[in-house]
Amino acid sequence: MADFYHKRRRSNAVWTVLSYAATAFGLGWLVLILGALLWNGVGGLSLDIFTKMTPAPGVQGGLLNSIIGSLIMTGIGVLIGAPLGVLAGTYLAEYGHSSRVAWVIRFINDILLSAPSIVVGLFIYQLFVVPFGHFSALAGGLALAVIATPVVVRTTEDMLNLVPNTLREAASALGMPRSVVIQRIAYRSVRAGLVTGVLLAVARITGETAPLVFTALGNSLFEWDPRQPMSSLPLIIYDFARSPYPEQQKLAWTGALLVTFAVLGMSIAARVLTSRVSTK
Amino acid sequence: MTLAVAEERAATNPRVSERANALTRLRVADGSFRAITFSAAVFVLLILVGVLVSLFIGAWPAFRAFGFGFLTSDVWSAPKQQFGAASAIYGTIVTALIAMLIGVPVGLGIAIFLTELCPIPLRRPIGIAVELLAGIPSIIYGIWGVYFFKPVMQDYLQPFLIKTLGALPVIGALFAGPPLGYGILTAGLILAVMILPFITAISRDVFETVPAVLKEAAYGVGCTTFEVVRNVVIPYTRVGVIGGVMLALGRALGETMAVTFVIGNATRISTSILAQGTTISAMIANQFAEADEGLFTSSLLALGFILFVITFIVLAAARLMLARLDVKAGR
Repeated sequence: MADFYHKRRRSNAVWTVLSYAATAFGLGWLVLILGALLWNGVGGLSLDIFTKMTPAPGVQGGLLNSIIGSLIMTGIGVLIGAPLGVLAGTYLAEYGHSSRVAWVIRFINDILLSAPSIVVGLFIYQLFVVPFGHFSALAGGLALAVIATPVVVRTTEDMLNLVPNTLREAASALGMPRSVVIQRIAYRSVRAGLVTGVLLAVARITGETAPLVFTALGNSLFEWDPRQPMSSLPLIIYDFARSPYPEQQKLAWTGALLVTFAVLGMSIAARVLTSRVSTK
Repeated sequence: MTLAVAEERAATNPRVSERANALTRLRVADGSFRAITFSAAVFVLLILVGVLVSLFIGAWPAFRAFGFGFLTSDVWSAPKQQFGAASAIYGTIVTALIAMLIGVPVGLGIAIFLTELCPIPLRRPIGIAVELLAGIPSIIYGIWGVYFFKPVMQDYLQPFLIKTLGALPVIGALFAGPPLGYGILTAGLILAVMILPFITAISRDVFETVPAVLKEAAYGVGCTTFEVVRNVVIPYTRVGVIGGVMLALGRALGETMAVTFVIGNATRISTSILAQGTTISAMIANQFAEADEGLFTSSLLALGFILFVITFIVLAAARLMLARLDVKAGR
């Protein structure tokens, strides 16, 4: 009998230690990766990064055109993806509920949420690059929009489901039509939640590389025109990280630092906003 | 007041007709808002259909030229205009398998730690830290893999594996060859870290659906923490955990940038997991920009189509399992 208790206690101890070890392992990677980014990236941070163009091999330079390109393409992606996602999420939460159509759309949306982003790149390539005959920032932005939309759909629906039904009923009892109830009451009471969805979408597409490789292509020159190929931070990291020149490698690390901290900053901000919504 | 009287009044009294107009306007606005949201929702469906159709059209020349052999041939040669997907599919499956072998137990371990062992004030910060791992973009794992992980693999882990496991019969073949640093094992390990947070996040959420009474009852009859986990928590949430694991598998199969950096990009099948290889997504990312029109491009699109179909099936199965759990939890 004592043997039996001993065995149980021992196996409990073993599993507990393994569980602690797993957590240490997971957190260890986070520390290693962030540490490497700071170690290699901070040294390269200077005003030049924000004022100079991406250089040719062996020349000093900055990341200005990539930063602007990232902003433009992320902007296009959000401008298209956010309204589309909010509207679709509204349909799922307010009109569709448990109807068959809504179920199918929700299901497909969840799949698109984790679909391989490189496939989205191929899709936009077929749809916008082949017919127009050249790569463009617009195509890159559209690819990002396709990735951003499901994120916004999902959070919008989740957030609207948090609105108490009594609130809707009260508004309806005052004679407000459905659309006004949604726009004036439901949207307002979860405004922070809707912003969270958009923030999460921006965080998601800021670091996307795969869908841009053959839509936006990249560009070593400064470009405002969205009909031309454009550089972006992830694209330049992809390029320069494999470059044999130390100046370019250094820029890749600095770019990686910028991207990672922008993305992590946004996801933390989104989390703070959500906790505010759900405690309300 | 009869209807006729009311209509007459409406016709003569401007204030009443104004009201009728306002109501009509509202009704139109109401109807069109609903229509707009509905079309936005349908647009999500169209994206999926669009991806499938456009990739299939692009892939058609390759499917027609190589037929079923496209899936089984491992020849990938632009000069010979011969393309087969076998080596890419093999690499995709093997890297995902390695990632699951390591990622699943560790991810579950963290989830158990967070729900059963961790002091409550630490739960949120540690949970957030693990989720931050999920937020780090793929390309960052890639650059980190090349400059930090690859040298560690080449100088320490791979020579160690070759010396120990490589000397064994049968499984030794898995660890044969020189320590190159780049390769299938390196890619698989990085994938394992990338899918960790997905497994942890979902398992933690489903573990939390276990009613406290069940756990308390088990503790009450004298179970240790791990007997509770094994006999109550895991059986209660089995479907959800498998759903989460499948979701992570879907991610691992389609991951591109991190893998492209460290897998070596060699289109061949070798028994050793230390050898260089490729995956479907790495192949597309690497070769698409320089592929010439015609069969080469079409074959890469065919690879994309295959990848999408595989991940679609895996993710759909995952979602169905998770949906079943939602029903059970009454959500």
